[in-house]
Amino acid sequence: MKAPRFAYIRPDSLDEVLALLAEHGDEARILAGGQSLMPTLNMRLSRPRVLVDINRIDALKGIGLENGTVRIGALARHAEVMGSDIVAGNLPLVADAMPHVAHVAIRNRGTFGGSIALADPAAELPAVVLALDAELVLASARGRRTVAARSFFNGLYETERGDDEILVETRIPALGPGYRSSFMELARRHGDFALAGVCCHARVDGGVLSDVRLAYFGSDDRPRLAAGASAAAEGKAWSGDVKEAVKDALGGDLDPIGNFHASAATRLHLARVLTGRALDRMVASG
Amino acid sequence: MEEFADIELTVNGEKIAKRVEARQHLVDFLRIELGLTGSHLGCEHGVCGACTVRVDGQIVRGCLMLAIQADGADVWTIEGVSDTGEIEDLQEAFIARNALQCGYCTPGMLLTAAEMMEAGRKMSRTEIREFLSGNYCRCTGYHAIVDAVETTMESRFGG
Ligand SMILES: Cc1cc2nc3c(=O)[nH]c(=O)nc-3n(C[C@H](O)[C@H](O)[C@H](O)COP(=O)(O)OP(=O)(O)OC[C@H]3O[C@@H](n4cnc5c(N)ncnc54)[C@H](O)[C@@H]3O)c2cc1C
Ligand code: FES
Ligand code: FES
Repeated sequence: MKAPRFAYIRPDSLDEVLALLAEHGDEARILAGGQSLMPTLNMRLSRPRVLVDINRIDALKGIGLENGTVRIGALARHAEVMGSDIVAGNLPLVADAMPHVAHVAIRNRGTFGGSIALADPAAELPAVVLALDAELVLASARGRRTVAARSFFNGLYETERGDDEILVETRIPALGPGYRSSFMELARRHGDFALAGVCCHARVDGGVLSDVRLAYFGSDDRPRLAAGASAAAEGKAWSGDVKEAVKDALGGDLDPIGNFHASAATRLHLARVLTGRALDRMVASG
Repeated sequence: MEEFADIELTVNGEKIAKRVEARQHLVDFLRIELGLTGSHLGCEHGVCGACTVRVDGQIVRGCLMLAIQADGADVWTIEGVSDTGEIEDLQEAFIARNALQCGYCTPGMLLTAAEMMEAGRKMSRTEIREFLSGNYCRCTGYHAIVDAVETTMESRFGG
């Protein structure tokens, strides 16, 4: 189908964007890579009055490393993140996740910020930033604020971001000494949204796990940090028994949504199997 | 704030200036305004890849980019890359391997395959399949397409 009518504006500065968002509120929609917004327009699932194209705003671009924190500009394209040496060297979890995000042509346009702002429960990056305890920088005409990824995702496509706010960048702590990560996903076709997926991040010292963070996508109505499963591995030497305890505890953390792709029970089962394999791989990877 | 705008871009090496409606996507612009009907529309929501075009050196979904966003861009379609001879060997390999039947997916497949050649090396069949995973073909079963890409890589970069 064809998109409905809308007005289009392509500001050159962030201040102009903020002014437009303040003026139009929920009648305006930010256009980043368009890889999620354009399908909803073409299918007429959304009818914004104004599209604010942020693609030419330099302040939102680029990837940098400063004082142990990697800054990923909202407009960094998936392909750019995938090819970044800074990401490969400091954020192996992000690097491992990227090839699973959509397909080449979509990665050439889709943005890191767009994926976080959209908060699709089956998307990889929202769960990745949860596991890595990232901070999200939001700006509006009212000022700037920083929100922890842990407090950002509120529900199905619902986030802490106000209608007049734009996500400017994501700040992610670089992998610390002794830390490891592991990423696993199950999808019907390479690049499709996940049926189940897990991000693991922990300190591993002589086989003993600490600061364990397990985050899930393709399960609940939002990306989910699994507190119980993470606690079941905390301070433990990795073993078959610990693995079973982690998988058991996962039942209390996740509340999977079943649909025609997979039932809730199937999703929980798949998440458990992936968790065991991902942690095995993480511990063995040192 | 306008629902129309004047844009200037290069399409297949030729300078174009047109007034476009903001809501028109790039492939409708190419097909309807410029008569370049080699870029196809299957799903119009990003899933099938029939609309693949090259913008500023990279393949994109033509149905997920507005024509107005291509203002100032360098756009190449299957017509353009056929005329320059850039993918002649790929096209011949597609014919030799019967890598197309109805041909609906073929322009998108060829432009995607052309981007794969940028790697400058022969990829494994798994890599080729992953790279092509965003392009649907409802006829061939993909095997022949992977063959054609592999053969072209072998002849360009050696076995
Ligand atoms: C066929 C297909 C398969 C896909 N598969 C996957 C997949 O497997 N995994 C995956 O994660 N994604 C997948 N995607 C989605 C893709 O990764 C998108 O690029 C991404 O989700 C959204 O990024 P975008 O830049 O395209 O955002 P847009 O489509 O431009 O915007 C999405 C939403 O976020 C808002 N927004 C965008 N940027 C900002 C910002 N900086 N601040 C505030 N709000 C903002 C927009 O207003 C809009 O509501 C797929 C898409 C398609 C079409
Ligand atoms: S028409 Fe664009 S992806 Fe199907
Ligand atoms: S040849 Fe018919 S869809 Fe591919």
